[in-house]
Amino acid sequence: MGNKKKITNRQKSEFIWGWLFILPTMVGLIVLNIIPIFQTIYQSFFKTGDFGKGNIFVGGANYAKVFADTEVWQALWNTLKYAVVEVPISIIISLVLAVFLNGKIKCKITFRTIFFLPMVAAPAAIAMVWRWLYNSEFGLLNHILPGKTNWISNPKIAIYSIAIIGIWSIIGYNMVLFLAGLQEVPRDYYEAAAIDGATGVQQFFSLTIPLISPTIFFVLVTRVIAAMQVFDVIYMVIDNNNPALMKTQSLVCLFYKYSFTQSNKGYGATVVVVLLVVIMFFTVLQMIGQKKWVHYN
Amino acid sequence: MRNKNKVIIYIVLVIMSFIMLVPFAWMVLTAFKTVGESTQMDPFVIFPSHWRVDNFVKVVHNVNFGRLYFNTIAMIALRVLCAVLTSTIAGYAFARLQFKGRDLMFALVLFQMMIPSQIFIIPQYVMVSKLGWTNSLLGLLFPGMVSAFGTFLLRQAYLGLPKELEEAARLDGCNIGQTFLFIMAPLTKSSMVALGIFTAVFAYKDLMWPMIVCPDTNKTTLASALSKMQGQFSSNYPELMAAALIACLPMIVIYVIFQKQFIEGIATSGGKL
Repeated sequence: MGNKKKITNRQKSEFIWGWLFILPTMVGLIVLNIIPIFQTIYQSFFKTGDFGKGNIFVGGANYAKVFADTEVWQALWNTLKYAVVEVPISIIISLVLAVFLNGKIKCKITFRTIFFLPMVAAPAAIAMVWRWLYNSEFGLLNHILPGKTNWISNPKIAIYSIAIIGIWSIIGYNMVLFLAGLQEVPRDYYEAAAIDGATGVQQFFSLTIPLISPTIFFVLVTRVIAAMQVFDVIYMVIDNNNPALMKTQSLVCLFYKYSFTQSNKGYGATVVVVLLVVIMFFTVLQMIGQKKWVHYN
Repeated sequence: MRNKNKVIIYIVLVIMSFIMLVPFAWMVLTAFKTVGESTQMDPFVIFPSHWRVDNFVKVVHNVNFGRLYFNTIAMIALRVLCAVLTSTIAGYAFARLQFKGRDLMFALVLFQMMIPSQIFIIPQYVMVSKLGWTNSLLGLLFPGMVSAFGTFLLRQAYLGLPKELEEAARLDGCNIGQTFLFIMAPLTKSSMVALGIFTAVFAYKDLMWPMIVCPDTNKTTLASALSKMQGQFSSNYPELMAAALIACLPMIVIYVIFQKQFIEGIATSGGKL
């Protein structure tokens, strides 16, 4: 009898403390995030009146407009192009660097510190420097490289120039995650492989990649999500009168433009809902695809 | 063979380091040049003829960097404090306490982590405007008051601690609050530090939210003020680079000193995102 009462007391106290402890977080999440999700979806069925005033219900008209809007389609295409270049190249480079730094290397800390450096610089500052490097008349790149390339004003190549900035910025971050994954791989695996006469390249493909495939998968999924949300660099590097604007602006750039520059929040909300659907599509696709190549042991 | 591999590895690492450092070096070199030097092509000028500080003097005169630093540091400090505090207690409850509604609430936490943050921005901005918090520190803090990711991270940390610790504390007569505060919380310090660093880095880099919520150049953060300067100084790159350098240098210095904590913090938290 006494024993039973003790348990209920304990349960009661866990209930009270539990809710007390999660309350600030849950109130915050519900007010700041969960309700806004529905508000944004709701907003996407409304047209914002002139001068950003008033909300007029328009049903699916915003969605109909999005599907017919070549600027949105072009922005989706720009975003995909950026992601398709930035994500795989940055992952390959950072994986190779991580494997190199995981071995017995002098100045390991120095190299690691240097590669990670762009992560602690404000993206606005990074974008400014790259813009200066890319400057077609006085830029360092055109001075070193042959020819006169309009890196960020040629609509054909500007999005790739932007992707280079993205790659440069994120290599260190990915590398640090890969290094953490590599540290969990037992050393004797490599020793056994070395005795069997496997070269470094063979070890990389037959041992390293399968063993850290969960980390690679994780980085891939999170990087694709982040790349689909690219904004800072494009916003900073591409001016409104840049001839490459149409061929570089991403979906989030459009979202920003509609919602906050033109204060047409209804259409901005529609664009961001489309972005959500696109991101979910690619995430689910990768979740299905992982079964083919990711090994959890 | 082995030596040859080593040489290749070092060559790759040195070339990559060079590529990573050139933009920073160019920022520094340009910041000390005159406009004439920076646009001279024949011969191309790499090092400034004199290390002038004129550009720095001019941008410091035009831009209230002290104010911007204060805003940025205050925002980072508040966001770190809020995120670590709320996530630590919530993470403990989700990991170690049994109560009705827990799993549903944790599902909400996971759900939030999967949604791209732009979805929240319009309603968050509307709330901040209604509260009259635009161009204020509270406005800058607003979306960072709680952290779904931090809650997830700290829950992981508490799940990894042995059950026996709590049993012992309970037998000694500690209630749940005391057990958490004196026994469990101190053991997850490293995760709290990791979350703090993670929060600080991403708060510092955030551009869109401060631009929207604090358009006033004196009330905003360094990142968002820099984006405005680009228009202000148009194509005077020496001055722009001086401004960029002033905005970046302190964070870089702090990072170089605490690089071990930074990288470990990002590795333990980023890897679980």
